[in-house]
Amino acid sequence: MEVVLARVTTFTIDGVEPRRVSVEVDIRAGLPAFTIVGLGDTAVRESRERVRAAILNSGFEFPQRRITANLAPAYLRKAGPGFDAALALAVLGASDQLPARPLSAVAVFGELSLSGGLRDAPGVLAVAEGARLAGVPRLIVPRERAREAALVDGLQVAGVGGLRDAVDAVTGARLPPPPAPAAPSTRAEHLDLAEIRGHRVPLLALEIAAAGGHNLLLEGPPGTGKTMLARRLPSILPPLTRPEALEVTRIHSVAGLHSDGLIEGRPFRAPHHTISAAGLVGGGSPPRPGEASLAHHGVLFLDELSEFQRPTLEALRQPLEDGRVSIVRGQRSLVFPTRFMLVAATNPCPCGYAGVGERCSCGESDLRRHQRRLSGPLLDRMDLLVTVARPEERELRAGPTTDSARTAARVRDARDRQRARLAGSPATCNGELTAGQARAFVRLEAEAEAVLGRAYAGGTLSARGRHRVLRVARTIADLAGRSRVDGDDVLLALSLRQRHSEWEAVAA
Amino acid sequence: MTGACERCLSRTWLLRRLAGHLDVARPRLYSLLELEDEDLVAAVAGRERARIDEERRSIDLDGMRREATKHSLALICRCDALYPAVLHDLAAPPAVLHIAGELDRLAGFTGGGSVAVVGSRRASEYGNEVGRSLGRSLAGAGLTVISGMARGIDTAAHRGSLESTGATISVLPGAACEPYPPGNRRLHRSIVARGVVLSELGPGAPVRRWCFHARNRLIAALSGMTVVVEAGEQSGSLVTAAVARALARPVGAVPGRVTSPAAAGTNALLASGAAVIRDAQDVLDQLYGIGARSVSAAMRPALSSEQEALLAALADAPSTEAALAGGSTDADRALVMLAELELAGWVRRGAGGRFTVIP
Repeated sequence: MEVVLARVTTFTIDGVEPRRVSVEVDIRAGLPAFTIVGLGDTAVRESRERVRAAILNSGFEFPQRRITANLAPAYLRKAGPGFDAALALAVLGASDQLPARPLSAVAVFGELSLSGGLRDAPGVLAVAEGARLAGVPRLIVPRERAREAALVDGLQVAGVGGLRDAVDAVTGARLPPPPAPAAPSTRAEHLDLAEIRGHRVPLLALEIAAAGGHNLLLEGPPGTGKTMLARRLPSILPPLTRPEALEVTRIHSVAGLHSDGLIEGRPFRAPHHTISAAGLVGGGSPPRPGEASLAHHGVLFLDELSEFQRPTLEALRQPLEDGRVSIVRGQRSLVFPTRFMLVAATNPCPCGYAGVGERCSCGESDLRRHQRRLSGPLLDRMDLLVTVARPEERELRAGPTTDSARTAARVRDARDRQRARLAGSPATCNGELTAGQARAFVRLEAEAEAVLGRAYAGGTLSARGRHRVLRVARTIADLAGRSRVDGDDVLLALSLRQRHSEWEAVAA
Repeated sequence: MTGACERCLSRTWLLRRLAGHLDVARPRLYSLLELEDEDLVAAVAGRERARIDEERRSIDLDGMRREATKHSLALICRCDALYPAVLHDLAAPPAVLHIAGELDRLAGFTGGGSVAVVGSRRASEYGNEVGRSLGRSLAGAGLTVISGMARGIDTAAHRGSLESTGATISVLPGAACEPYPPGNRRLHRSIVARGVVLSELGPGAPVRRWCFHARNRLIAALSGMTVVVEAGEQSGSLVTAAVARALARPVGAVPGRVTSPAAAGTNALLASGAAVIRDAQDVLDQLYGIGARSVSAAMRPALSSEQEALLAALADAPSTEAALAGGSTDADRALVMLAELELAGWVRRGAGGRFTVIP
C-alpha cells in the first residue's frame, strides 16, 4: 500500500503572537475524501472546498483518494482562512506534484480564492516574525503583503499572486522579485498645534502630558475644542522607534486595520462611548486586540468620558496599571500590550454649561450624579486635569501661540533627560513612575517641600494626589532643564490638577 | 450621661408612635406640639387612641436609653441643667435632645452668639458660595453657625464653618446619629467630630414630612438671628424665618436676582422688613449694633503687585482664561500665581475652571 506524506510550515496568530503550525497531509487509497483535523474553526473546515477548487483551477490535479490533513500541534485552536495556501501546497506535495525537499524550507501564509489566487489574510507581520524565530529561510505571502513581511530582517520574502506562482517559488523555478523597500514615509499629514488659537492653559497641559507621558483629562463645555486639542497630541509626541513601530504595525496588522508597510506615526484611537469592555481592552472569540492595544505606544482618547459604561471603564484599570492586558480563554491566557497615553474629555455637567454664566440648567443632584460617574478608577489615574474654556474673541483673532515642531523638540529634550535619569529602572518616563519611584527619583528643593506641605495642610492635596503632583512637577522641571524640582514647578503642577472642591467631596 | 427623665422620654416615645398621625395633621403641627401627652393623643390618634393609651403605660424607657447609648447619643431633657435655655422661649420646647458629638461643646455653642444660616436645597452656585462664605466668616468671628444639614445652602453653611473654627450645630429631622440626607455622611462625620449634631427624635425614627417643620423651630430657637441665604416661595427655610420672627429674633435675607424664582422667598422676606445681609459684617451689625464687632481679617500673607493685578482681573471675570487674556504674563507664570493665591486662601477653584475671590 502506497503512503505519501507531506509537511508544510505555516503560522497561526494567538493574540498578537505567532505560533508555528505544521500542516501534514496524508494521502492513501480509499474512497475519495478530504478531512482536516486539529481543532480548526469553521473557516478552516470550509477551506477544503477552497483548496480543492484552487488546485483544480490552477491546472493541478486533485487526488481522488482518501486525504487526511492534520494541523499540528493538535491542542492549539486554529482560526481563520490563513491555512489555505499551506494546505494546498501540502496536498500537492503529498500527491507528488511538488518535490518534498524544497517544501520543508518554506513557510506559507494566505487565503486561497476558488480561482487559485492568493488572498490577503490579517497578521502577516506577526507571521514573518514567527518565521524568522522558527528559522524558516523563505516565506511565501500574498503579493500585496510582501512589503509588510519584508520589514522583518533576515528572511527571504516571496510575494505571490496565486497558487501556481507559489509552487514556482517553492521549487525556486521562478522567484518573484524581492519587494521594494517600504515607500518613503507614507506618514499621514499631521494636524498641527499652530492651528489652535487661545487655549494657552490646555496647550501647556498638552505639552507637559506629552513630555512626561501623563494621562490628561480635559473638561469643558461642548464646542470649546477638547477634541481638537486631543487630536493634535500625536504631533508633539516623540517619533516611534523602529522596535516600537514594528510592534504597532504587528498589532494593527493582526486586527486587519493596516494596509501596507510600516506604521510610522503614533496611533490615535478614539472609540465611541457605546464601546463594550471587550471592544476596549480586547476579547471575543478568537480574542482580538481592543482599542487599548490598537493605541499601544500612542494615544487613547475617550470623548464624553461620563457616557462610557462603568464596567467598560473598570476594564481599563489593568491595562493602565500594567501596560498590558491578559485575556483568559479556556485554559490559556493571551497577553495584549497596552502602553498608551490616556486622554479623556468630559462636559463639566450633564447639560454641558456649568461655569458658563447662568447657562447651566442642572440641579445639584444632576451634578453629583455626573461627578460620581467621573470619579473612581479613571479619575484616579489622571495626572493632569484642566478646563478648556471658550477662547476670548480677541484670542481668536490673534496669531498662533506655538506650533508642533517647536513643541515636539522641547518634548524630545525632556524625554531624553528622563531616560537618562531613569536608566536602569523599569520606567521610561515620569508618567510611569510608581509612588515609590516618584519618591526616589524626584529631588525637591526645600521650597518645593514647603509648598507641598502647605497644600496638604490646606486640603488642596490628598495623600494620593501627592505623588501625582510630584511626577508632573518633575516633568515641568525636565522641560525647563532643571535637575531639581523647585517651588514654582510644584505650584504649576498643582494648578494643572484642577479638581475643584465639589469633586473632592464626591470622590472620597 | 444618658439623662432624661421618664416624663420627657415618654414624650419622645409618643412623638415617634404618633409619627404617621402627625404627618396627616401637619398643617396644625406647632399648636399640636404644645399639647400635653394625653391631649395630643386625643387630638390626633383617632381610632388608635385607646391602643396608644394602653401602650403608653408600658414604655420601655430603659430600652430607649440603651439604644441611645449604643449609638453614642447623649440625652438631655428639658428638666436638665444642660438643656439650652433659649429653647424654653418656644411654646413647645422639645422634650429630649439627642446629641451626637462632645456634650461639653453644646453649652459653649449655645451660650455665645449663634446664627442660623439656612436656605434652599436646590441652591444656585451663587447661593452656595454666599452660604459657605457666611458660614466661614461667622464662625471666624466667634459665632456658632446653626443649620439643618440639608443639601444646598445648609451644607454650604456647615462646610464654611468647618473651614474655620468648626463651631457649628446641625439640627436633624430624624435621629442625630443618622445622616440626613444619607449622602451627607462625610459632612455628618466632620460635624460630629468638631461640632454638634442634635435632634428631637431618637435612633430609628422614620423621617417624615412633619419632622422637617418640627426641626425648623429648633433651628430658629437655638439661634440669635436667622439668615435665609436663598429660598424659593415654598422653601422650608421661610418657616424657620417665621418662627424666628415669632420669637422676636432678628431675621435677615441675602438679596437675590428679582427675576429668579430661586430667590423669590428671600426677596419677599426683604420686602417684608428682613435685614439685608451682604456679608458676615451685616450679621454682626444686626446682632451687636453697627460697628460694635467686626469680622477679624484673616491672617493672609501680603501680595505682590503682580498678584494684586491677577486678583483684580479675577474679581472682574473669574476664569483662568480671562485672567490670562488680560495680562501679558505667560500661562505658566499665571498658573503658578493662581496656585499660590489658592494656597494662601485668596481664591478658590470652582466648577468649570472658575475662580472665586474670597473676601
